[in-house]
Amino acid sequence: MNEIPVGAPRSQIEVQIDGKQVKAVEGATILNICQKEGIDTPTLCWAENLTPVNVCRVCVVEVEGSRTLVPSCSRPAEDGMVISTDSDRVRKSRKLVFELLDSSVDMDRSTTEVKEWMEHYEVDSSRMGSKNEIATVAQPPKIQDSLYVRDYERCILCYKCVEACGEDAQYTFAIATAGRGFDAHISTEFDVSLPDSACVYCGNCIGVCPTGALVFKTEHDMREEGTWDEETQEVTTTVCSFCGVGCNLELHVQDEKIVKVTSPADHSVTSGHLCIKGRFGWQHVQS
Amino acid sequence: MSDLKFGTEEPTAEEKTAIDELLSEIGPAEIKLDERFVVSGRTRVKDRRRLLLPALHELQNTSGWISPGGLNYACKVLGIPPAEAYGVATFYHLFSHESPEAKDLIHVCDDVACRLFGAETLIEDLKDSGHKVKPSPCLGQCERAPSVLIQRTNKKDLTAVAESNNSLTAVNIEQVLTSETLTPQMTVPQKGSEGLSLLSRVGVVDPESIEGYMKFNGYDALKKALTIGPDKVIEEVTTSKLSGRGGAAFPTGVKWRAVADQVGRPRHLVCNADESEPGTFKDRTIMEGDPFALIEAMTIAGFSIGAEQGWLYLRGEYPVAAERLENAITESRKNGFLGENIAGTEFNFDIHLYKGAGAYICGEETALFNSIEGFRGEPRNKPPFPTTHGLFGEPTAINNVETLVNVLSILTLGGDKYAMQGTGNSTGTRLFCLSGRVVNPGVYEHPFGITLREVIETAGGVVNSKKIKAILLGGAAGSFVTSNYLDLPMTLEDTREAGVSLGSGVVMVFDESDDLPDTVRRIAQFFRDESCGQCVPCRVGTVRQEEVLARFTRNAPFDTDEELLEDLSVVMKDASICGLGHTASGAVLSAINLGLLERTR
Repeated sequence: MNEIPVGAPRSQIEVQIDGKQVKAVEGATILNICQKEGIDTPTLCWAENLTPVNVCRVCVVEVEGSRTLVPSCSRPAEDGMVISTDSDRVRKSRKLVFELLDSSVDMDRSTTEVKEWMEHYEVDSSRMGSKNEIATVAQPPKIQDSLYVRDYERCILCYKCVEACGEDAQYTFAIATAGRGFDAHISTEFDVSLPDSACVYCGNCIGVCPTGALVFKTEHDMREEGTWDEETQEVTTTVCSFCGVGCNLELHVQDEKIVKVTSPADHSVTSGHLCIKGRFGWQHVQS
Repeated sequence: MSDLKFGTEEPTAEEKTAIDELLSEIGPAEIKLDERFVVSGRTRVKDRRRLLLPALHELQNTSGWISPGGLNYACKVLGIPPAEAYGVATFYHLFSHESPEAKDLIHVCDDVACRLFGAETLIEDLKDSGHKVKPSPCLGQCERAPSVLIQRTNKKDLTAVAESNNSLTAVNIEQVLTSETLTPQMTVPQKGSEGLSLLSRVGVVDPESIEGYMKFNGYDALKKALTIGPDKVIEEVTTSKLSGRGGAAFPTGVKWRAVADQVGRPRHLVCNADESEPGTFKDRTIMEGDPFALIEAMTIAGFSIGAEQGWLYLRGEYPVAAERLENAITESRKNGFLGENIAGTEFNFDIHLYKGAGAYICGEETALFNSIEGFRGEPRNKPPFPTTHGLFGEPTAINNVETLVNVLSILTLGGDKYAMQGTGNSTGTRLFCLSGRVVNPGVYEHPFGITLREVIETAGGVVNSKKIKAILLGGAAGSFVTSNYLDLPMTLEDTREAGVSLGSGVVMVFDESDDLPDTVRRIAQFFRDESCGQCVPCRVGTVRQEEVLARFTRNAPFDTDEELLEDLSVVMKDASICGLGHTASGAVLSAINLGLLERTR
């Protein structure tokens, strides 16, 4: 049997956060500490089941001695750090970053928590100009099959879907960021349709999308018809019956019909990720 | 990797040959039958990923574009997912993604200097005569504006440069296309003068001959370094107080010491020759005029930090420099100054030449690493810093061309004697790139401490003795100043105190007749075009900034626009990942503060 290497013991560090001295384990990120201390910190590109890419910059905090603000999601805390999470500087950056996104992307179908943060920071992008006069990512949705809709005018380029498709979950690598600057976008090679790409329809990209750019076709269609009603939906937790792995499923049911399937991000088996069968193989239940 | 899904498109015979030749030494990344475990396959894939950028260059040059068949084949043999490779290919300006309409693509610079001298007319003329033309960001030939890069299929790229500002015509370009010669472009008005150090050989010694180089003290510094040992070299560099010449002015000795003290191996020495700051052409001048000096300096740096691999990342728009550096590397190898047992010692060191493909952001050190490694040139979050986690995640020292070449005279003179030039902590000499409305544009070498006025006067002053309206100091990432600053000594301390920066040594002069609002808008457009798109403040912030400037030039700004510019500036500085976002608003805001947009307000 292979020996399991025991890493060096991790020491405890102490930091000051918003005036309060707190202890943390060496290697913890500033965001870890914020979450432990109950400090609500907005995040768009961070997720507990993905490697931090620190691109959205809404989680920035002020660290004494640092020339710029630092992304809390990926910055390990250091002993003696003095951190402010709600200074004028922090609030100004978070607000404007949300406004820059709001001015260029359709944020209407973002998750509830994203909407709450936007409200908290009083996001108002109107001074950038009306959307028909300024650059936006407006474009028609890509509907290429009966399972997914990719509505890239809602895409904030958080890279989550790319990560979930790649080394953080699926190792399929069907999508990546292409182009550069404001023209950067998520794409398959030469923009071939999803069925022609390496996509295996695991739906893990949909599972991590925070703005509704990637959705189940069922959800997209119901939203277009105006019948999507999250408030009346019931979520039932069960175990997937297709194989012996034991993935937890959350069935989202509206009007006694399954409309979407997810898995909890903190579940020990799935880390929130599923396969095509667990994610989409439920039609037989209601036929 | 067998578990990747590739497309069905096939490469042309030429594309296949080009890629196979690139892989001739290490072979494709296929998994062998006895290798069931992914680990060994993954390692081989990792080794080959760094060939992606060279492979894309091969495809572009072979077919005039990155064709689906060619890319598919490159992905198969390198073991790279096609979507990722497509993401890398679309990151760079010099790669086309559509079947080319013509064999030659003419990139005409319409950036800040070139647009003063008829770039836009040239673009129209070339289009009228049936050429395929693409407006380009600064091509680093600002002393002979407007400048042109001709990207060709199956042939070497060419540059076309006129005798002086404002004289390049479509007819000249036809001549260059027929004669197929690369025009040497160094413009060093001080050539051959006494007291030059960095430029002493430029324009005097044959840049293609190692014998010529050796006659002018070539490789003396390396021999000395090999005698005194790595620690003493770093000590001399530290004593000299040499600071980085790429813009950030970080002390070179400190950087080298940090890498030399790392436990991890291998270590790398990277030369950042991705000179793309608008208005900068000093590194090109050295690389074209004295390529052996850079190779020697890189070898010394590699020796002192304990690196066996040197990586020279050259901007793709410099075909003349590429040819001469390639020659210098080959000649140095032949003469025992590169490779194994250098100059008869036990020191081994070799240099890989990497060509960029049109991306300003790849001059950012961590973006440059990603670019070499075969990923998109997106900067990494720092810390960790390159000294511990650099190229391939390993300890790396990365230095600018001019910085490295200074090491030669530090070793020849001795660190303390070197430190006697210049002032205080601004030691040594500095290259200045003079362009715009000066009489003799070109690269000049001056000791630190010279005033801005003297710098401009050495270049013959302003054309027709017109009044200076503004000077762009330090490049697009620098700031504008007015003639009030003419007596400012050009040192790191004085410029910092005055709230400006020497940056990469750009001194671009504008006279009263120049359309400054247009220039400022072009700078904003530059950052919009060159942002990598990774982080929100820069990706969207640079766009909103350019839109505000466009409203200013149209004479229709919103009431809140100035406030918006200031807010954007604060947030791009505070929340962006890298230096591009941090500096994208500097020149724009300085122009507003100096009232340079007044005409339209």
